[in-house]
Amino acid sequence: MSTMTRPIATTRSATGIPTGKLAVWWVIGSEIVIFGGLLASYVMFRLGHPEWAEYASHTNTWFGGANTFVLLTSSLFAVLAHHAAEHGDGKTAAKWLLGTCAGGLVFLCIKAVEWTGEIQHGYTITANGFWSFYYTAAGIHALHVIAGCIIMLIIAKQAWKGQELQRVELIGIYWHFVDIVWIFLFPLLYIAK
Amino acid sequence: MAEAGTVDTHDAPAHDAEHGHHEQSFLSKYIFSTDHKIIAMQYMFTGIVMALIGGYMSYAFRMQLAFPGESVPGYGVVSQGEYNSLVTNHGTIMIFWVAMPMLIAAFGNYLIPLMIGADDMVFPRINRLSYQIFLISAIILIVSFFVPGGGFGGAWTSYPPLSANAEYNLTPYGATFWLVAVALEFVAFLLGGINFITTLMNSRAPGMRMHDIPMVLWMIIIASILFMASVGPLIAGAVMLFMDQVVGTGFFDPDRGGDPVLWQHLFWFFGHPEVYVVLLPAMGIVAEIICTFARKKLFNYKLILYTAFATGIISFFVWAHHQFVAGIDPRMANVFTITTLIISIPIAEMLFLYIATLYGGSIRLTTPMLWALSFIAEFLIGGITGIFLGASGSDIYFHDTYFVLAHFHYTFFPIAIIGFFAGITYWFPKMFGRMMNDSLGKIHFWGTIIAFNFIFIPLFILGAAGQHRRIYNFQNFPDLAGMQDLRVIATSALLVMLVFQAIFLFNFVYSLFKGKPAGKNPWKANTLEWTADSPPPHGNWPELPNCYRGPYEYSVPGREDDYWPQDVPPDTAPAE
Repeated sequence: MSTMTRPIATTRSATGIPTGKLAVWWVIGSEIVIFGGLLASYVMFRLGHPEWAEYASHTNTWFGGANTFVLLTSSLFAVLAHHAAEHGDGKTAAKWLLGTCAGGLVFLCIKAVEWTGEIQHGYTITANGFWSFYYTAAGIHALHVIAGCIIMLIIAKQAWKGQELQRVELIGIYWHFVDIVWIFLFPLLYIAK
Repeated sequence: MAEAGTVDTHDAPAHDAEHGHHEQSFLSKYIFSTDHKIIAMQYMFTGIVMALIGGYMSYAFRMQLAFPGESVPGYGVVSQGEYNSLVTNHGTIMIFWVAMPMLIAAFGNYLIPLMIGADDMVFPRINRLSYQIFLISAIILIVSFFVPGGGFGGAWTSYPPLSANAEYNLTPYGATFWLVAVALEFVAFLLGGINFITTLMNSRAPGMRMHDIPMVLWMIIIASILFMASVGPLIAGAVMLFMDQVVGTGFFDPDRGGDPVLWQHLFWFFGHPEVYVVLLPAMGIVAEIICTFARKKLFNYKLILYTAFATGIISFFVWAHHQFVAGIDPRMANVFTITTLIISIPIAEMLFLYIATLYGGSIRLTTPMLWALSFIAEFLIGGITGIFLGASGSDIYFHDTYFVLAHFHYTFFPIAIIGFFAGITYWFPKMFGRMMNDSLGKIHFWGTIIAFNFIFIPLFILGAAGQHRRIYNFQNFPDLAGMQDLRVIATSALLVMLVFQAIFLFNFVYSLFKGKPAGKNPWKANTLEWTADSPPPHGNWPELPNCYRGPYEYSVPGREDDYWPQDVPPDTAPAE
């Protein structure tokens, strides 16, 4: 109860689940449908166009694999931040959140290097249907990574002051979701050939 | 429930101190407010303005159809391109910027906290953000008319390749503005929907169990869940279409390996549940009104609730009935015919349950009750004509004719317009503290309803005769040119209906200032919003109410009053 006036409505919990956590799950629910629609479209195209396997073989599985490792590690940091927050240790939680955030940044840097090389070789977003999906899906995912990092910095700042520690868990749930989306994108875009 | 109660008493004094007595500036009170009631008003007035714009568009293109090529008073000559823009944006506006904000956002925002006995939504600032995004989306849509090339004219369904390529649609900016506006509107309603669902789940008054929630709230919540579960693929599709338009990808371009029918699947996977997204709140409003004015308990509350859930689930399995002529597999057409015919069963069942609620009641034909009853009658016509279109055999003939157009106007007009008028005439006393004029209300009712039928019954006939939609001038078609009288009747009836809306607007403004003071509970209704002051202050109640029973305890035997408000503790009631 720090920076804003909360209505009584926000403090009630008829379900027993804290309101913020409930809302995050609904956000994730709506996100699942968005990515679900995109990936289902992609899968339908892949089934209808066997030649896309040839296009997909030009992706670099090592870059994708490294990014998977980076994101999974950052998710571990998010769990450690939650663990610290549960024990009321805001400063440690903030540090782990910064670590998670750094993971997100490393992910984006690897992506930037990867995309630069691909674009220089002529695999641009308009090259063909596969590359359109490749950049669109990964691009939307990258936007989620950026949004997550920004929110995480805000929450880390609050956690450092010992405020709103419950939010550490909420951003963690979101971050795991971003991670899981990548777990779907990696095999679909890189491995399936 | 017990925890919620303790939280209540614990927080109440602090709350009063924070909200109590400081004056707010006009801007922070009405423009940047986080109060759910003000946000509801913002949605409602934006919706009314957009309805007037959408109505003006229908006036322009109906005049063109009745009197082709002549200058339309107040518009000028309608060119072919403008005609396409007008019909496209009429449809877009009426669904996304009228039906949704007025039914879901306005009534949802207004009623959810008041009916569950809470002081506000759980996330007031996200609520404000959702309206601001909605307002920006409305502005972008209106601006799209004034960019080079004019507004998008590729129909509200925006099928590619027409919508994907400026070489085909000739509106390089209009098409993209349209798409961005629609996508932002979706974001606004996702944010609002999450707020609605979370508020209903967590913030009910102590004692309010699942089956004590007023039906209109259930309907708004089911609608929000349906919206959330169906709109995702279309958001993904909108991103893909945006890339096609702006970046030059070929997701939907068959020349470049894309698939235009994919868009139709993504669009209608959302588009058909969307019908129920707007239908269910209107059904809920009607349920509240018929119970209050029949002084009877809602006939089989639980059955209506589960039927609404079932409708929502089935609505995800009917979308391809919009695509029977799009070249889909005939075996798939069979499946979708069956599911489409199945979904008419729960809707018919709900209407029967409403009629059963009326049976044996002491019915008072007030203005809101007239609107509620007309909803049942008019929506029934819309539902029955849907059977012709859901069956793939007859749809091949009726597809894209005025029969389809008349059918969905017989569903959407009852939903968006009748539903809204029913709700606003019923809750106006609560919203503004004054009664609307009943005589003016009834004149407006009859003028609107009779004119409405005179618009669309001729269009059924025209559609059955083979008149196709989205055609600029039927005089160019020898087989259709002869039925001009029917088009003139429809257009004349539209003019009458639009004129009668002036009575509503007058009544609205007049009652705002000169109406009879309403008091807390003018209709003697049970639900919690009627226990607050009219209009409710910021925070709604000095002390938040508890809930002791279901919302429809009317004419309970052994009680002196024929109503029994939800917040009256049982021990004050006379023993039965």
